[in-house]
Amino acid sequence: MDLGALTLNPPVLVASGCGGTGRELDALGGLAGLGAFVTRSITLDAREGGPAPRIVGTPSGLVNAVGLQNPGIDQFLARELPWLAAHDVPAIVSVAGSSIGEYADLGRRLGRSPGVAGIEVNLSVPDAAGLNIFDAREPFSAARVIAAVRRDLPRGMPVLAKLGPQSNRIGESARAVAEAGADAVVVTNAVPALMPDGRPGGLSGPAIGPLALRCVYEVRVALPDLPVIGVGGIACAADARAFLAAGASAVQIGTALLHDPTTAVRIAAELGGDPS
Amino acid sequence: MSSARDPLHVTGEVLSVKRIGAYRHLTLVAPGVAERSRPGNFVAVSVGDLRPRSHQTRLSYWIHRVRNTGSHGATIEIIVEPRGAGSQWLTGLGQGSRVDLTGPLGRPFAQPKEPVSCLLVGEGHSAAPLFPLAERLRERGCVVSMLLAASDEQHLLAALEARRSARSVTVVTRDGSVGRSGRVADVLPELLAQVDADVAYAAGSVETLHAVAAAAEAHGAWSQVALELPQPCGTGLCNGCPLPVVGEDGVARIVRACHEGPVVRGDRVRWTALLEGA
Ligand SMILES: Cc1cc2nc3c(=O)[nH]c(=O)nc-3n(C[C@H](O)[C@H](O)[C@H](O)COP(=O)(O)OP(=O)(O)OC[C@H]3O[C@@H](n4cnc5c(N)ncnc54)[C@H](O)[C@@H]3O)c2cc1C
Ligand code: FES
Repeated sequence: MDLGALTLNPPVLVASGCGGTGRELDALGGLAGLGAFVTRSITLDAREGGPAPRIVGTPSGLVNAVGLQNPGIDQFLARELPWLAAHDVPAIVSVAGSSIGEYADLGRRLGRSPGVAGIEVNLSVPDAAGLNIFDAREPFSAARVIAAVRRDLPRGMPVLAKLGPQSNRIGESARAVAEAGADAVVVTNAVPALMPDGRPGGLSGPAIGPLALRCVYEVRVALPDLPVIGVGGIACAADARAFLAAGASAVQIGTALLHDPTTAVRIAAELGGDPS
Repeated sequence: MSSARDPLHVTGEVLSVKRIGAYRHLTLVAPGVAERSRPGNFVAVSVGDLRPRSHQTRLSYWIHRVRNTGSHGATIEIIVEPRGAGSQWLTGLGQGSRVDLTGPLGRPFAQPKEPVSCLLVGEGHSAAPLFPLAERLRERGCVVSMLLAASDEQHLLAALEARRSARSVTVVTRDGSVGRSGRVADVLPELLAQVDADVAYAAGSVETLHAVAAAAEAHGAWSQVALELPQPCGTGLCNGCPLPVVGEDGVARIVRACHEGPVVRGDRVRWTALLEGA
């Protein structure tokens, strides 16, 4: 699958927030041979993340309230990106911001950094308000964020828009971000949920698989020519094939990596690097 | 790319499940994992039937022993306390069952270069990683003393075995069913002074580890504490195991218990933040 200057071959990627810094997965043989590695969402300033417990298991899924822990863009560029850039797998940097200006700033900094293969704009943090992240659920807001990130980027640098699971409006959102300059959409993010102690969190894992699949299908029907990357509950090659059949051009593997860090490479090998 | 020091994700096989007191002692064939492991490493087990798997989070267990059986190569042994759904599934497995696991993981205990006096403090099932540590320390000429603690006799791990690996063994139980009656904190200052410990190694609840770190500091000894915070993945991928520490640079930060730990220097942990669940 081609996105501007970036080729995703095989069409299997690590989903944001589920692959550590990349080094941990690599040490387990779970990075080489993938289409791309997507980082956890990076913000302008460092974030400590939420209190423990941050992740609880639920039947066929988990709810997380990690709270976007990350070292901030400066530390990320200094300490993590060089390692990723020196490895075989393209690095797509996920970004989240508390304002349009912050998203624009992040885009500008990343556009100038060698080793960035693409930017994934997180427009669907399950608890955006609580985390003081710009709420981009409205298609209009999402489009403004994408336009701001796109503005100062080099031409061939792909921008991926990661949309939330509101399947009733997902076609509308996809159209808005595509018109604003997104090269592809990533559907979907964790579903807004509640931790047992009442804190907001996001549900992911096989429990949300059919919901994510529906989101992919909705975008495919609304915009037949827009590349869609499917994510949500994919745990084996058969799941990945179902997403490709529903219209995805590539898939991301997330929660499944937490119980088996080799899931993505195994799925990539089983798909044989062939997107069809 | 992976190297000989990196952890492995393998499908292991259960060789035996034995009951010891309140615990189950599992021997697993896990090719390559045993050979790489050092005292203080753990394995993260994927819970539930291999596929489809309803449990997405994983459970971590200390590597208790590594043994070379002639027929199966090197095996690992873990001590599991059956509690919730995951540990009950694991301890209910029969001989020959397959289980996915990753290991060895985490930072092991740092061992002294000189032959010094070491006090090893283990509470309940968490004493498991101290036995291979005791052996290593003895090989290095260290004087090894052990303090084993538990709620009662059923939850006391291998006191007999401890007597083979350590010069002196002290036992405390909360109900006084065996050894002295009390908690780790009650006997610690006296014991540290008695064995004139240079290093205290500890594995147990956060409260116990805090007590060990504080008593060691008061005595002028180093401490190495092995933490058991919930670890959804155990491999450093999910950021789900926040551990508040003070870095080498003096700056307070949150690190991943499974990756930058689970064994850390006691004086580096921000205990108040940890006990408050921050
Ligand atoms: C480094 C380290 C070493 C450890 N070493 C040992 C050791 O040597 N021995 C030992 O006994 N323990 C050890 N532990 C503790 C061990 O990892 C487990 O926490 C403990 O065994 C509790 O397991 P459980 O069966 O109660 O967990 P579970 O009940 O399985 O719960 C664990 C997780 O699964 C979720 N969950 C619960 N039920 C379901 C369900 N039905 N479907 C989906 N998800 C569900 C929970 O929300 C939780 O997130 C260690 C921990 C650490 C961090
Ligand atoms: S348990 Fe996932 S990062 Fe530590």
